[in-house]
Amino acid sequence: MSDLLQTTINTLAVGGLYALIALGYTLVYGILRFINFAHSDIVAWGGWLALTVASSAPVFAMPAVLLITMAICALMGVSIEFLAYRPLRKAPRLNVLITAIGVSLFLQNVGLLDKFFGNRPKGISALLANDVLVTVAGVELRLFDAMTIVLAIVLVVVLERLVYGTKMGRAMRAVSFDERTASLMGINVNVVVSLTFAIGSALAAAGGLLFAFRNDLRQTADASWVLLGLKAFVAAVVGGIGNVRGAAAGALLIAFVEVFVHRYISALFSGTQWVAQLQDVYVFAILILVLMFRPSGLLGKATVEKV
Amino acid sequence: MDLRGWLDTTVCKASLALIAVAAIAGCNNMGAEKKANGSGAGSATGSAGATVKPETGPIVIGHFASMTGAQATFGISTDRAIRLAVKERNAKGGVKGRQVEVVTIDDAGKQTEAATAVTRLINDSNAVAILGEVASSLSLAGGPIAQKAGVPMVSPSSTNPDVTDVGDYIFRVCFLDDFQGWVVAKFAFDNLKAKKVAILYDQSQAYSSGLADFFEKAFKQMGGTIATRQAYTGGNLEISSQLQQIKNANPDAIFLPGYYSDAGTIIRKAREAGIKAVFLGGDGWDSEELPKIAGDAINGNYFANHYAPEEPRPEVKDFVEKYRKEYSSTADGLAALGYDAALVLFDAMERAPSLKGADLRDALAATKNFTGVTGTFSIDKNRNAQKSAVIVEYKDGKQIMAARIEK
Amino acid sequence: MKSLQDRVSALRPNPIAAAGLSLAPFVAAVALAFVMDAAIGPAVGATWTKILLDVGIAIVLAGSLNVVNGYAGQFSIGHAGFMLVGAYAAAWLTFYGSIHWFDTKDTVGGFMGNGQLLFLAGCLLGGVIASVFGIIVGLPSLRLRGDYLAIVTLGFGEIVRVLGQITARQPKNIAVIQDQSMAALANKLGGAEGFSQIPGYTRLFFVYAFAFILLILIYRLKYSSKGRALLAVRENEIAAEAMGVDTTRAKVVAFVFSAFFAGIGGALYAHQVGAIDPKELGFQKSIDLVIIVVIGGMGSITGIVLGATILVVLPEVFREFSDYRMIVYALALILVMILRPQGIMGVQELWELPLWRKVTAKLSRSQHGGAK
Repeated sequence: MSDLLQTTINTLAVGGLYALIALGYTLVYGILRFINFAHSDIVAWGGWLALTVASSAPVFAMPAVLLITMAICALMGVSIEFLAYRPLRKAPRLNVLITAIGVSLFLQNVGLLDKFFGNRPKGISALLANDVLVTVAGVELRLFDAMTIVLAIVLVVVLERLVYGTKMGRAMRAVSFDERTASLMGINVNVVVSLTFAIGSALAAAGGLLFAFRNDLRQTADASWVLLGLKAFVAAVVGGIGNVRGAAAGALLIAFVEVFVHRYISALFSGTQWVAQLQDVYVFAILILVLMFRPSGLLGKATVEKV
Repeated sequence: MDLRGWLDTTVCKASLALIAVAAIAGCNNMGAEKKANGSGAGSATGSAGATVKPETGPIVIGHFASMTGAQATFGISTDRAIRLAVKERNAKGGVKGRQVEVVTIDDAGKQTEAATAVTRLINDSNAVAILGEVASSLSLAGGPIAQKAGVPMVSPSSTNPDVTDVGDYIFRVCFLDDFQGWVVAKFAFDNLKAKKVAILYDQSQAYSSGLADFFEKAFKQMGGTIATRQAYTGGNLEISSQLQQIKNANPDAIFLPGYYSDAGTIIRKAREAGIKAVFLGGDGWDSEELPKIAGDAINGNYFANHYAPEEPRPEVKDFVEKYRKEYSSTADGLAALGYDAALVLFDAMERAPSLKGADLRDALAATKNFTGVTGTFSIDKNRNAQKSAVIVEYKDGKQIMAARIEK
Repeated sequence: MKSLQDRVSALRPNPIAAAGLSLAPFVAAVALAFVMDAAIGPAVGATWTKILLDVGIAIVLAGSLNVVNGYAGQFSIGHAGFMLVGAYAAAWLTFYGSIHWFDTKDTVGGFMGNGQLLFLAGCLLGGVIASVFGIIVGLPSLRLRGDYLAIVTLGFGEIVRVLGQITARQPKNIAVIQDQSMAALANKLGGAEGFSQIPGYTRLFFVYAFAFILLILIYRLKYSSKGRALLAVRENEIAAEAMGVDTTRAKVVAFVFSAFFAGIGGALYAHQVGAIDPKELGFQKSIDLVIIVVIGGMGSITGIVLGATILVVLPEVFREFSDYRMIVYALALILVMILRPQGIMGVQELWELPLWRKVTAKLSRSQHGGAK
């Protein structure tokens, strides 16, 4: 029983993490129909910036570190959009994809420089002890897990209210539905796009900070960030890309497969090696299944493409 | 005026011109590199020049390493130590009265680049010998080229047995993974009295899965049992299910043959999950960052390594001091091996009747009882180093030597 | 007065002559590849030969990708997955086959000797197996809209990589290998360690023979009706469908064709490096290939050659800057995309450029002795 509870907590924590990152992908895709490959690098920078801010000014409590990191990343996101993506608003999509890859490479390698974050992995747990908060039925709930779950829920709810309950949110949804008509209705598309990137990047920063506490920091050029981004992106697609609630649902599903299912399948097949080794493959398998049988995602609506 | 169109065609012409310039510059670059190394041969591509080695002027040694990319610290450590060795040797008069020069080419951790690097070192820089690499997969990529060209290659830190199988020009100064696995197994069984050990290895790294296999074989032969064998993918640290299964298996110790970047976090997570068993590792743990990442959880764990900076031997103290003076940091195992590799090479060069490939190869193969930073060792008939290993323990966040294990 | 029949038959092309004319470029391609191998290779030295090999392999890979990304306008970013499949298949045949049939791990025989024929068979096998995967991946996913194909191909590339990592260890002992049948050895592809000690059969001849043949094929494709169908799919899929083009079929065929040559490229790559590391033929490699296609100019054959050359040679040139190398590269990529999004050549070929036309027009005018 305690095992089940522990696995559930892990699933929720990982799901929350994926949700925060997936939201960035889904918002940007919804508005611009474009997969922002550089998003996982913003997550990486978020994690490293958190470490830098926290260790250079220990006065700041964790919430302040979080807010500062989110603000810096939001600024980064807006600048990247302005400098690299806006000039290509009308260009074929493969080109913007390449530009995104260029931005991703740029962020990765600048992050590797000694002047920035360096090329060694770093621990962050020295800054904050992962204390046990509460013990229920033999299962310990620790600080990092609790932080992740609470923060993820709070931010997702806030975002959801923003997108579905405010005027700006309506503007965002309008632009994602039909950009030209929205601009005819008096919506400043550029402002909406910038805001989208700002929000997405801020959430990515939060995701990066939480990921860093959970798994420590690997170099910005390390493949693990790309894999993280990929899984979060799969979560967004599975849930229905362009859809905020979908991203959260998809993230939970992916986390469920990766943590929960993996736990019990590998225990079941504990004789064979390779079943457990397929942890990454499960995630992609889900993606392919969803795309084949329900391409608009679990919570998405099938749209008819008009000529 | 169609500005966009004008810009288009101008950019097109400009980029084509730039490419032409860059290509010419690249050609000159490669020629210039040769001249800077004092080889003297005039051809810009050095095809004929490779066989003519001048008898005076500096001796060129090539080093291919991962100086950039995710494994940059491996290459940088090794390179620093090699340069330190070269600097010292030159101050003492060089080898055979000639100064030694090191040319380092970065392979960015990629196999194709490793092959290119070795090709360039041999053909453009006219290296008489090659040092490299740390990662076995990269040594396997560069080795065949050195073998074919008849240029001896000494790997400081590649532990995969296949590396020296490439040919009789390939040597190494470190121990092999089958020995390393056995060493850890022996320490676990004899010193720690562990009868049941769990294994948690990185399935995406040949080093890790290979070492896990060797450990398992040796440990079972000694009479121990493997409680459970779990795999993770390097970089993906969602291992709660693996840790849970290890906890359920209740082992006496856990063998974690991964790289330090993962090991630190894994140990921390394991302790948080309530796993009390001792952790054992291989030389992949060797880094200053490990205790920083793992925090207090690192204490009480052991790993096998090529040397311990605290070892009381004079060669070790000497080396650690010199390295600290030059680079203001503690030399890790890779640096120690890089240093020894360079020294072994110098020693063989002095003994060899000439610096021609075949002579140097024979001299290297004849290396006996060489005393280096990483111990006293000889090169055996398979061109591997027969040496002992050190077991390092972490106490109060510092590395101390726990044991030295001989075959 | 000849009968109508006779006059009509006189107009019909001679079938033998037509076949000859059609195949002549391929013969010329092979001959040119031979010249490269025999004469140019030794003349430029080992370092440049390696660079030429890299460029040639890049042309095979990027050229095949161009058919899908350039002509058909699809988003395939899992090309390295096909490379990996082809590499494994070819290595299985040459490494284990060499031991079974020639009793050695080294290269065997001279030009077009037993060893090289085995290698050629390996390349073709690699291509075939890769195209089988192309069908498996392409058929269900080419129904999807552009960006989704990108994700699926990405996922495919990753899955192949993971599958490669869980294969069994590669035995290296000759006696052990000879004890097992080729079929039994089929899943012993090295796992995470990768497959090593692959005999180094790749040489300028094979690389450029395949490269030139591919270039001829895609040149012909571009100006044929099948090629135009692909271009139509790229421009506006719904309109193409309305015009009677079977878009799914066109896309799948393009996909399978490109997978075939990707498999061959992978085989050539494996036998040059001598080892296959599944981590190295993953997402990063796929992206490198997409970059070549996009920078060179999607849909342009000269663009591919140019792109492949630049993107192989440039990192060598930038070697000095080591740390900053990748940063400069990334910035260059972004700038090219902003300032010249269609790539260097766009959809034009070298012979369609106004500059070329002017020069050739001038030359032909001077040949005919001034203005007439």
